[in-house]
Amino acid sequence: MSSHAETLDHGHHDAHGHDHEHFHDDHDHHEESFISKYVFSQDHKMISKQFLVTAVFMGILAMMMSIFFRLQLGWPGKSFPILETFLGKWAPGGVLAPDMYLALVTIHGTIMVFFVLTGGLSGTFSNLLIPFQIGARDMASGFLNMLSYWFFLLSSVIMVISLFLETGPASGGWTIYPPLSALPQAMPGSGMGMTLWLVSMAIFIVSSLLGSLNYIVTVVNLRVKGMSMTRLPLTIWAFLVTAILGVLSFPVLFAAALLLIFDRSFGTSFYLSDIYIGGQALEHTGGSPILFQHLFWFLGHPEVYIVLLPALGLTSEIISTNARKPIFGYKAMIGSILVIAFLSFIVWGHHMFITGMNPFLGSVFTFTTLLVAIPSAVKVFNYITTLWKGNIVFTPAMLFAVGLVSTFITGGLTGIILGDSALDINIHDTYFVVAHFHIVMGASAIFGMFAGVYHWFPRMYGKMMNKQLGFAHFWLTIVSVYGVFFPMHFLGLAGIPRRYYTNTEFALFDSFSDINAMISTFAILGAIAQCLFLFNFFYSIFKGAKTKHNPWNANTMEWTAPTEHIHGNWPGAIPEVHRWPYDYSKPGMPEDFVQQTVPLQNGEVESH
Amino acid sequence: MSHGHEAVHKPTGTSTWGGGISPFKISYGKMMMWFFLISDAFTFSALLTSYGFYRHKYADNWPVAGDVFTHFPFYSGHIELAYVAFMTFVLIASSVTMVLAVEAGHRMDKKGVLFWMFWTIIGGLIFVGSQAWEWYHFIHGTAHGALRDIFDADLGQWVNTIVHGANLSHNEYGHPLFADFFFFITGFHGFHVFSGVVINFIIFLMVWSGKFEKTGHYEMVEKSGLYWHFVDLVWVFVFTFFYLI
Repeated sequence: MSSHAETLDHGHHDAHGHDHEHFHDDHDHHEESFISKYVFSQDHKMISKQFLVTAVFMGILAMMMSIFFRLQLGWPGKSFPILETFLGKWAPGGVLAPDMYLALVTIHGTIMVFFVLTGGLSGTFSNLLIPFQIGARDMASGFLNMLSYWFFLLSSVIMVISLFLETGPASGGWTIYPPLSALPQAMPGSGMGMTLWLVSMAIFIVSSLLGSLNYIVTVVNLRVKGMSMTRLPLTIWAFLVTAILGVLSFPVLFAAALLLIFDRSFGTSFYLSDIYIGGQALEHTGGSPILFQHLFWFLGHPEVYIVLLPALGLTSEIISTNARKPIFGYKAMIGSILVIAFLSFIVWGHHMFITGMNPFLGSVFTFTTLLVAIPSAVKVFNYITTLWKGNIVFTPAMLFAVGLVSTFITGGLTGIILGDSALDINIHDTYFVVAHFHIVMGASAIFGMFAGVYHWFPRMYGKMMNKQLGFAHFWLTIVSVYGVFFPMHFLGLAGIPRRYYTNTEFALFDSFSDINAMISTFAILGAIAQCLFLFNFFYSIFKGAKTKHNPWNANTMEWTAPTEHIHGNWPGAIPEVHRWPYDYSKPGMPEDFVQQTVPLQNGEVESH
Repeated sequence: MSHGHEAVHKPTGTSTWGGGISPFKISYGKMMMWFFLISDAFTFSALLTSYGFYRHKYADNWPVAGDVFTHFPFYSGHIELAYVAFMTFVLIASSVTMVLAVEAGHRMDKKGVLFWMFWTIIGGLIFVGSQAWEWYHFIHGTAHGALRDIFDADLGQWVNTIVHGANLSHNEYGHPLFADFFFFITGFHGFHVFSGVVINFIIFLMVWSGKFEKTGHYEMVEKSGLYWHFVDLVWVFVFTFFYLI
């Protein structure tokens, strides 16, 4: 063990910042107070749980918001007392106010994209699995890791506070395009609500940066002996590349937000020109709102993969484990992650096809966008071929992982349509877009997250979640996901625009009101299904059945560590790694799994 | 998948990326600093690209820096860009002193580290001060000023008046967006320099207290050095964008 710590640097000091020696002997001299263990914890396992519980709370909020605005969309103008209960003056007589509709849509998107699927997904599973699966005592810097969580919590709190403002939270859509977001007088939510949104996001970016730096450095520097880059579980590859995407793309959003703050508060005109409000000319001149879109989507598109890649990584692991087969095309999986990450930086223009972009440039972005289909298809086929003739074990985690493959295909196919600059003229800003991204990144990523929670719950809490409730949760969820989003494609093709409070003004859309009611019904069903999960989750933390060691018979390092959480993860020296993580059902082996720490047997050939 | 070769005694863990060692032979702290700097470079790139966008769009009435920045202390005449050349030189010189501080740290020469860090801090302070001076002249402008359309909020319309100097909404020397970006980007960079001075000062105190003699290495000086060099490098780009092209 000492060689591990010392070879990390020139040998003149301990590169970890931890004293690794004391893990050799008993660790019970580690006195921990309640505060240092549960609140200001620097332990990756606790920080992971903190991220998860915070994200679950934010997820509940965002889901409730979606139900509130779905009530209005499904049954426009109808009175629902529950709306008045929750929203008070924003739903007079139980009918959602238009301003609040816009606010709910905006904050639903913001919370889901950033707080649940970025902070929640990466924060939870990168923190839990990176040190465990690479064989490290903890993150490189426990202190920065703790700060990352606390900045995340602070930004969450500020975002929630903005819901209680008298003028309402930000309402200009989660993409906060100027001029709507830049002019406080543009709409009620553009005042204090928008200010708090920007403050919250700035803090979120700090959190994301601190977390990502830690993830990258930990994966590069702290892998245990034998854990070469091509023996890393695909989860770790996904987390590593996700962190790199975050480090490269969030600063651009940061720059965009700073310029926006200056336009809002200090009279600059980076994004504004020739604007009249209420017949009054504004002083701003010279700027361009299109600049904001470029900066925003330079983050915004990589952000899609920041959300999706961790889910794909978790799925790779879960599918291989539960199919009892090696993942098909391990190196192709790594390659496709890298290619997707690279491409994600050169496709942002497909969000802006109709901003007046030069058609030639549009065709370039179409080309780069369609290229994404190649690595995505590689991944999909590899999942399917891994499942092919597998000895499949159906756990809730496995079902959600397979569910992800399903939604990734369904949503990916519509991506080919939307990525075409000519076809996009017809369907941009319609429900077709809403359907596409909810299926391909919303549902897929949340399925990956659920799969991860079910699969690693025993590792996090030492308990098992209830399997039957998990099955019910899965089937109700996937049925309602398709029930909600599949019909939206047709609404979009019919031309119904997104973000509209109601479509009753347009006789053309009257024939779709039944579909909207059906969609809303499925949305409510989906929300009820999530209650099963929430009950299962919290009940199992306290009262769940105790897990046995390595309940899924998995190969990766985290299952070699003791089930109870100890500081430093392994009581003695960290076991060395001798093989890749996917030796399932290997011929000649006594069991259908061989953990990474098991040395090669005499005459055994390494699998890849 | 199983077309592998005999790998029973494959010497794993001894290769650079085989695990158990740091592939780049650096500590996690230094690597974090590198990745942070890459991230920060993207922030500046976004800002400078935005600047380039408008610089190109309004090429006709974009100010020429040589006409704007002509002041030099204790000299009443005009010399184009002399003062900014001076402050750029000071900042680059402070990078040199930083290198010498890091080098002294490698030799465990506490006095040397203190000496060179002191001059690095002084260089940083001169730069930040010079920036304030540069802003002062840009804001105050010339005695004759220039005719510009200024928005009168009370009247709710544009009025043609003489303006002196620049601020966030008007600019005597040309397009207001030049002033917007000038204040924003040099301000953002100046904030980086200022943070660097503060960090250097804290490290200076830590060196003084003998902390690094106890830990046995001066890596903290190296890390703040990385940041300092980065900030200087960014200035070279900011300087090029605003003053040279």
